[in-house]
Amino acid sequence: MISRKTMEVWVGLFVAAGLLALAMLAFKVGNLTTSDVVDSYTLTAKFNNVGGLKVKAPVTMAGVRIGRVSKIGFDSERFMGVVEMQIDGRYKNIPKDTSASILTSGLLGDQYIGLEPGGSEEYFKNKDTIQMTQSAVVLEKLIGQFLFNKASEGEKAK
Amino acid sequence: MNVLHTLGRIVLGGVERLGRAALFLYEIVSGSWELVGRFPLVLQQIYGVGVLTLLIILVSGLFVGMVLGLQGYNTLVKFGSANSLGLLVALSLVRELGPVVTALLFAGRAGSALTAEIGLMKATEQLAGMEMMAVNPVIRVIAPRFFGGVIAMPLLAALFSAIGVLGGHIVGVGLLGVDAGPFWSQMQAGVDFHDDIVNGVIKSAVFGVVCTWIAVFEGYDAVPTSEGVARATNRTVVYSSLAVLALDFILTALTLGEV
Repeated sequence: MISRKTMEVWVGLFVAAGLLALAMLAFKVGNLTTSDVVDSYTLTAKFNNVGGLKVKAPVTMAGVRIGRVSKIGFDSERFMGVVEMQIDGRYKNIPKDTSASILTSGLLGDQYIGLEPGGSEEYFKNKDTIQMTQSAVVLEKLIGQFLFNKASEGEKAK
Repeated sequence: MNVLHTLGRIVLGGVERLGRAALFLYEIVSGSWELVGRFPLVLQQIYGVGVLTLLIILVSGLFVGMVLGLQGYNTLVKFGSANSLGLLVALSLVRELGPVVTALLFAGRAGSALTAEIGLMKATEQLAGMEMMAVNPVIRVIAPRFFGGVIAMPLLAALFSAIGVLGGHIVGVGLLGVDAGPFWSQMQAGVDFHDDIVNGVIKSAVFGVVCTWIAVFEGYDAVPTSEGVARATNRTVVYSSLAVLALDFILTALTLGEV
């Protein structure tokens, strides 16, 4: 039987090591440090086609992540996809004529929203809507168009 | 007729045991407020089931992580995505292997010890002796062990996952030459705090409750002979393992939300 003090020290060490491991998982393995932006604001954009965009997909400007997609909904009157995104509160000076497009990282990668800044002097405020949007590229449509063009070229050659 | 009789007896016996186990759990939890102010009792059990299980958890965590690194690398390199090795190792550990393997090891190392200890106390009539002295053995003996196990399990699972990730790092980055940058950055990009880590912790907490519950109940319910204690210990390991594996599927289906 070990003394009570030794036992208590061991338990203290064990609990401390366990909590440390949890903290390591949270900060070093997981993305707790980057995921929660405390002071963020919401922008909305409507797309004809959101493709494979998912909630939590990054919102980038100049390739740098400045926010995340928080909600994807459907506008049943205009038949468009409504994408809500949380933008980091540090970046408050996004011009009002900024355009949003749904892009793909790499050939098979996940889809994300790329913001292309305009030149306006007015800046977006909370709950504003991005007017200029460009939908996701649907690969099947692209291939279909390509085949159609090839076929019509063949017609002309005759 | 005999077959039906046997079947009926087995089913009734099983249901009765389940009912007794549920009442037993209720008794432990409802009496737990009496442990307030007697925390040293729980502390002693955390030492027994937690600290003494540490060695096997750390060693197996390290080797499971190293094997994951080795196996994952050989598969991923075929697709030219060996850089995702960190993500693969971390996700498999945090979501699945950490909680499950820890619970299985816990059942084998700590659960069986709990059952044997309590069963022996019953066989030598220590529990009955306590009752004679108007000390409730469920509060004095069982509840500290139960809460010790419930507290220790998530910590053990977190340690298992953490050291497993380090094991994967040793093999992947140290031996196989995966770059340390993408190893960690892809891991951080892919592992979500709420979806993956918190769910892993919830899983291990549930396993902690179930494993210690089974262990203390089997001990308390054991036939008070040396053979009875041996059987109870055996049942603890078997039932805990089965319960952990079945619950793991249910919890995963619930947390992923798509079956």
